[in-house]
Amino acid sequence: MIISTLSTVILDSNLGWTGLVQSSLSCLTIVTGLFFVFAGTIGVLRFPDFYTRLHAAGMTDTLGAELILVGLILQSGFTQTSLKLMMIGFFLLLTSPTATHAIAHSAYTANLKPKLGKHNFSKIRGGRS
Amino acid sequence: MRHAVLLSLVMAATWLVLSGYFIGMILTFGVISIALVVWMTKRLAILDDETVPYLNIVKTCKYYVWLFIEIVKANIQVLKAVVSPNSEISPTLVKIPMRSNIDIAQTMFANSITLTPGTVSVDVREDHILVHALLKEMSNPEDFYEMHSRSAGAVSIGLKDK
Amino acid sequence: MPIFLEYFNLGAAFFIIVCMVLMLGRLLGGPTLYDRLLAVNSFGTKTIIFLCIFCFIIDRPDGLDIALLYALMNFIATIAVLKFFNYRCLGVSLIKEQMEAEE
Repeated sequence: MIISTLSTVILDSNLGWTGLVQSSLSCLTIVTGLFFVFAGTIGVLRFPDFYTRLHAAGMTDTLGAELILVGLILQSGFTQTSLKLMMIGFFLLLTSPTATHAIAHSAYTANLKPKLGKHNFSKIRGGRS
Repeated sequence: MRHAVLLSLVMAATWLVLSGYFIGMILTFGVISIALVVWMTKRLAILDDETVPYLNIVKTCKYYVWLFIEIVKANIQVLKAVVSPNSEISPTLVKIPMRSNIDIAQTMFANSITLTPGTVSVDVREDHILVHALLKEMSNPEDFYEMHSRSAGAVSIGLKDK
Repeated sequence: MPIFLEYFNLGAAFFIIVCMVLMLGRLLGGPTLYDRLLAVNSFGTKTIIFLCIFCFIIDRPDGLDIALLYALMNFIATIAVLKFFNYRCLGVSLIKEQMEAEE
């Protein structure tokens, strides 16, 4: 399957060198972004208390989303589409820290105490423990 | 006057990017809405450097490049904490003193702290920010001081002394 | 667009959906309200990315406007829900003096 797809890429398409480099760069960027999104999700499921989960969600919001948007910009070239994608990335950069701060601040004013100090965690926690 | 021209230029660029049509009628609607917004901003008396911070865009871009490198470093640290099977974390709450009383500098600083994974600004006051850090080595006050002075420099504002 | 990029985008969209389903676990099982809100916010970010990739799959870049709208709506929805759960109504002014006067 993979080999046949790769052969289609190299033999059948008339991409040229620039197109091939552009497509593979975009694939690489999107795969890195997807990895960060996945790691953020795992972190939100795995971390022991609310304040530490915020950090994992921040990982998804910053590098994950931005890298995927950069990959899509590389796919589209310089058009109106890429300008719109840049705008989405800009709004994400502005709004996601504000939303995170709002959630953290209202948890803090509602007297949700963070679990401080050095500790280990090994298993996935959930439910009302 | 200079602020009004800058604001209308930025809004015209936004309109063109979002609409993508170059028909006379739609362009006329764009000109009308831009004029309306500039008039309302002037009537609200907020047409100044804080509402239109586009003059020092080069400095802001430089700051965002620096911030992006910091974000990548912090991401790798948080990633290690997430994926290692038996990982050890040391969450810390730390108070960072605020050395500027101008709104946009404070906003840039608190936004940058939250944007970097591993540190979240929990409570923002006039004189300090309460920061929750995932690892103890992320809660170093000198690093925060560097970030504060750089973010204030990005909007060309100096800081008070320590 | 070369054909393998279309397959690649399909795979990326599927992967995002898998992450969204995983995030539902925290949404349903989060101990506090704030965990659930965090999950909703993160779910929204993933929806934005999914919409962007989906526009590339069906090759209609107009859909990016919806993603842009969703980015703004997601933010406003989070703030509105937080404000509602803090004050139990949405018509409260957030200016300090007025809040103290009301109390």
